Amino acid sequence: MSGEAAPALEVEDIHKSFGATEVLKGVSLCARKGDVIALLGASGSGKSTLLRCINLLEIPDAGRIRITGEEIRLVPKRGRLVPADRRQVERARTRLGMVFQQFNLWSHMTVLENVIEAPIHVLGLSRREAIERGLALLDKVGIADKRDQFPAQLSGGQQQRAAIARALAMEPAVLLFDEPTSALDPELVGEVLKVMRDLAREGRTMVVVTHEIGFAAEVASEVVFLHEGRIEERGPAAEVLAGPRSQRLRRFLAGHSARARGLAALDAASTG
Amino acid sequence: MIDVEIVWDNLPLYLRGTWTTLWLTFTALAFGLVLAVPLAVARTSRNPLINGPVFLYTYFFRGTPLLVQLFMIYYGAGQFAWIRNSALWPLLSQAWFCALLAFTLNTAAYTAEILRGAIAATPKGEIEAARALGMSRALIFRRILLPSAFRRALPAYGNEIIFMLHGSAVASTVTIVDLTAAARIVNARYYSPYEAFLTAAAFYMALTFAITGLIRLLERRWHAHLRPHLS
Repeated sequence: MSGEAAPALEVEDIHKSFGATEVLKGVSLCARKGDVIALLGASGSGKSTLLRCINLLEIPDAGRIRITGEEIRLVPKRGRLVPADRRQVERARTRLGMVFQQFNLWSHMTVLENVIEAPIHVLGLSRREAIERGLALLDKVGIADKRDQFPAQLSGGQQQRAAIARALAMEPAVLLFDEPTSALDPELVGEVLKVMRDLAREGRTMVVVTHEIGFAAEVASEVVFLHEGRIEERGPAAEVLAGPRSQRLRRFLAGHSARARGLAALDAASTG
Repeated sequence: MIDVEIVWDNLPLYLRGTWTTLWLTFTALAFGLVLAVPLAVARTSRNPLINGPVFLYTYFFRGTPLLVQLFMIYYGAGQFAWIRNSALWPLLSQAWFCALLAFTLNTAAYTAEILRGAIAATPKGEIEAARALGMSRALIFRRILLPSAFRRALPAYGNEIIFMLHGSAVASTVTIVDLTAAARIVNARYYSPYEAFLTAAAFYMALTFAITGLIRLLERRWHAHLRPHLS
């Protein structure tokens, strides 16, 4: 095997265009076990696309992706890259837990059914094992009492916590969060961030696309700031957030802290 | 006024007709549904070689009257020697089989389109979540797309069941004694079209109400996930 030294996740020089728009212009990341990487950037900076390239929901036009040391084989076909082996991609995805902005729970299944579905049908766990694991996770994210309810019957915060439990049920090597609190009412953001904070403290490897600067400052080991498809600035969270070197990151952080204080007018003036 | 005695005396005939109607309709619906699932899946394919023939099939069967389809099979099949000499002829020479075949192909076409629409209406995010968890395409169809599409398709499929029940009346034109044929026999015997057909209408209506009631029960069960939380 590739040994214990292999990082949980490595992406190298990822390029991705949609039509004529180049969204990612060569981005590299490396997450060692236990790292929490916060991906910051204005909307359109490419941070969500980068996350979606990591688990191949989008296929990058160029670049390399290694998950726990195993490189995803991409081969050119009709002028673009495609996975050489779909099975390999499916296997790799089981090691990457993805949490979406819109939760994306399966609406026809109960909360518990959502959580046990992939462990049973993808990992091949017995139903009993999967339920045991699922109930423990629902308990962990604080919605054990909602297990027999359908997603539409839950609040946004509860749905997102169920989605986190669903991702955790695969026991992934890396958790990917795509703006997990952006679709939530402000009063529900806290309960989801608390769960994520606990996961970070447990030593989980996480890549988090977020607008929650406070959360990034508190739990991230590394902050990566994207601007127009390139990494503008990166470094230890405390360092980068306390003393941003680039003008753009300074403006970005100022805009966000202004918003956090509810000074929408100031925000409009500084960006417009 | 209505001559109740005519109705009463011929009740056994109506009941036998009802049984034939139900048997034909629901056998066709069952075979049609089994056929419709792979057809609907094929319709969602981006490959024109897979999607195209199914499109033509559904276009033909939804674009022509059921009666014409039945006549083409019942009267048309015997015109070709290779069909008369084939192993299927013992079946194709019988009216009940022709009716069953026409009804099955017809309802399969409608049901495939209903299911295709329901599959296409699956929220994109739910499919992405399945892919992100490492599910294969076959597994996604089996566990996510089809179960959720069946639920969404239920109201439209309930209508299809009713259409099929009423459409099955055309079986009476090819010597099959269904509910409509029973009424035609009574009318021919007594020259009292009002009694004859009103009775058939009452039977059809009772069946329709029973079916819509069943569908409503099923919807209540299957659409639990759409109901707002009460407690």
